[in-house]
Amino acid sequence: MASASPPRRRTKREWILPTYTGLVIAYLLIPIVVMMLFGFNDYPGKFNFVWEGFTLEHYRNLFRIPELTQALRNSLVIAAITSVVATTLGTLIALALTRFSFRGRSSLNLFIFIPMATPEIVLGVSLLSMFVAVQFARGFLTVLIAHIMFSISYVVVTVKARTSGFDRSLEDAARDLGADGWTTFWTVTFPLILPGIAAGGLLAFVLSFDDYVVTAFNAGATITFPLWIYGASRFGIPAQVNVMATLIFLLGVAYVVISLLRERRRSAAPDPTGA
Amino acid sequence: MALEAQGRSAPEPPEPPSDRAGGARKGRRGLAPYLLTLPGVAWLVAFFAAPLGFMFLFTFYDGTIDIGYSFTSDWPQTYVEAFTTYDTQIIRSVIYALIVTVATLLISFPMMYWIAMKGGRRKNLFVLLLLLPFFTPFLIRTLAWQLVLSDQGIFLGTLKDIGLLSADFKLLASPLAVISGMTYNFLPFMALPLYVALEKLDPSLLDAAADLYSSKREAFLKVTLPLTLPGVFAGSLLTFIPSIGDFIDAEILGNPNTTMIGSIIRRQLLVNQDYPTGAALSFLLIAGILVAVFLYARALGTEELTG
Repeated sequence: MASASPPRRRTKREWILPTYTGLVIAYLLIPIVVMMLFGFNDYPGKFNFVWEGFTLEHYRNLFRIPELTQALRNSLVIAAITSVVATTLGTLIALALTRFSFRGRSSLNLFIFIPMATPEIVLGVSLLSMFVAVQFARGFLTVLIAHIMFSISYVVVTVKARTSGFDRSLEDAARDLGADGWTTFWTVTFPLILPGIAAGGLLAFVLSFDDYVVTAFNAGATITFPLWIYGASRFGIPAQVNVMATLIFLLGVAYVVISLLRERRRSAAPDPTGA
Repeated sequence: MALEAQGRSAPEPPEPPSDRAGGARKGRRGLAPYLLTLPGVAWLVAFFAAPLGFMFLFTFYDGTIDIGYSFTSDWPQTYVEAFTTYDTQIIRSVIYALIVTVATLLISFPMMYWIAMKGGRRKNLFVLLLLLPFFTPFLIRTLAWQLVLSDQGIFLGTLKDIGLLSADFKLLASPLAVISGMTYNFLPFMALPLYVALEKLDPSLLDAAADLYSSKREAFLKVTLPLTLPGVFAGSLLTFIPSIGDFIDAEILGNPNTTMIGSIIRRQLLVNQDYPTGAALSFLLIAGILVAVFLYARALGTEELTG
């Protein structure tokens, strides 16, 4: 079609978009590089703003600040419980939505969507209003309740994306071979939708770990990792925060690399789900 | 409590087990989806829908947490006062959120177009590279931006040292810093729905347009753009809604003249403990969003909310 145009100009034009994409990715990575770099900064006072020199000190004394360590531990525990509970509840809803037709199905779809379309601050304010009105003390439990609440919808959407492109004839085949419903579910259905469930679980974990706004309204005296950082930002953030964030980032990178490699291996073999 | 709920939901059979008797099967099928959705929906009703009701109720009340709250017949005044006192911050939030939505759209569309159309086998790699920065918590990303934009930081400081910028040039504590930080933080909310829409686009449609003698520009305007509108719609909502309620960027990167409505709501509740005003502002925020979504859906002619 476009092959009539002179070849040189076409090559020049073809470079515009990839170069642009590279620049945007670089722009997105700038703060991350800065964050990692300042985890190695040998700064003298409280403010880790100016590059002074290289040190591994902060890696060696990663858990030097007990409040920060406690906040990180709280966040990890809350994120883990949130992930398990929200993934269980969300997966059950996703299964109902994709494999049954029932009255109220489309209203349920809408109901699941609304929390995602509500600004976080409104989620935080409304939960606080309720806890204040019924005089329920705020703390670890209320943070957990809030995190599970805002994660469920994201899990439903993620798992649904995986279950809807799913070949039902595989289940029919299992049943033709004499498997009962329970066996069919655990030996055929569940392994096939497991990647979707894992993705939903990871998303719930990340959403919970990252949350500042909803938590700020409902935490009481419980301090999470983002809450601690926000409080410290006025007095200077210690480099240990940079180191912790760097390590979390690298875990994310490792996860991405592993899943890419697995995908490559899977695409080499024919995929039974057709996804 | 959380674990209890999970334990209760686990033993339910997620699949109707037998297909022996037609009648029994129908009965099971009728009940199964409701049993499956029950625990999750109950959670959302108790901790999402009910709290919204409590928040709304608070706007009919008067008082503070110390003297207690009582119903006031003068409740419309709460809304009027909340709006007139903070109209500057409300309008500012709307404007910032609109700018951020347009900026993320303009930045991500060409990039996602290229990845979806020309990315080939490396498509997923590019998308993941794009998402990589977002493995770092929101707050830390924003604080890193603060470091990048700071007056004597590694970027502006260097540019000043080599004489490319005047020594009194400032970026931090300005509307530009706030908007650039928000654009950075909300970019994936626009980029991902766009990618999903562009990826679905069948390239043979563009070939067909070319075969019918359309120019590349025409093909883009008449084929690519209309077919990716659902993605633009979803991306705009997913960017606009969190942007309008965001206050972290404004507090970390801005100055007192960039305060957004989120900061006000937070201060009313957590500092002044003025629940009626905070609740009224929150309610105005969601009411405004609903109107905006409705108008936008009509303007774009798409009702596809959930993608």
